[in-house]
Amino acid sequence: MATELIRIPILQIEDFLVASIQVALHDRSAVQFRDDLLQRIFDTKAKGLIIDLTAVDIVDSFIGRLIGDVAEMAALMGTRVVVSGLQPAVAITLTELGLELPGIITALNLEKGIAILRRQVSQDSDTEEEAQ
Amino acid sequence: MIQERTLLIRSDLDIVSARVEGRDMAKALGFGTIDQARIATAISELARNVVLYAGEGTVSIRPAEKGGRKGIEVVCEDKGPGIEDVSVVMQDGYSTSRGLGMGLPGAKRLMDDFEIDSQVGVGTKIIVRKWLR
Repeated sequence: MATELIRIPILQIEDFLVASIQVALHDRSAVQFRDDLLQRIFDTKAKGLIIDLTAVDIVDSFIGRLIGDVAEMAALMGTRVVVSGLQPAVAITLTELGLELPGIITALNLEKGIAILRRQVSQDSDTEEEAQ
Repeated sequence: MIQERTLLIRSDLDIVSARVEGRDMAKALGFGTIDQARIATAISELARNVVLYAGEGTVSIRPAEKGGRKGIEVVCEDKGPGIEDVSVVMQDGYSTSRGLGMGLPGAKRLMDDFEIDSQVGVGTKIIVRKWLR
């Protein structure tokens, strides 16, 4: 059975990439999303990535783990990741599933997510200058 | 009158349909948004196990009643390989193995009742329930 993959648009704002999940992702689309994100980070040399989950009402262990993987892989490529807009129900179910997403920076909304990234990236460049 | 719904689970698309169906019925039965998410997430975990380990199976979702309490019951059945030692897969941490976690302890925590019956070579049947408060 051939099924169409859902592609999540990835937008670029200044040095950052923003991807907002607005649909229920099935597993293959979620894996495609991860691969697309990493490729875009590589192509654009983005300093930060925000994954916005405001419109997502269910995150199961598969998607939760995948978001954790994206953050880890992006960090390997030198890109900071912030997850924004976690609904209360999503935060509760993730914790009950035992997926607290350690090491992931979260923000209440997209705007705050961008503010966090800006701060982090400017700290990163300060450290780079000191090192030189 | 809310009717029982049975869905065939064969692919990751069916996992999404099953949890949407579960959430809709939970909502219709009067569950709040957080319990709706718990029920839908538990269905997602159970249905994914079916796809990963059995290849195909069914998820039935129906209203439940016991001792004057009302709730929702989800029955997940497959004729897959079965689970040799249920106590092992119910251990916390078993599901955190990278990639293919079983997610059963998670599903148990999200719901109020959890019953599992599995026989090697025969299949697995899991019943979960959530009660309205």
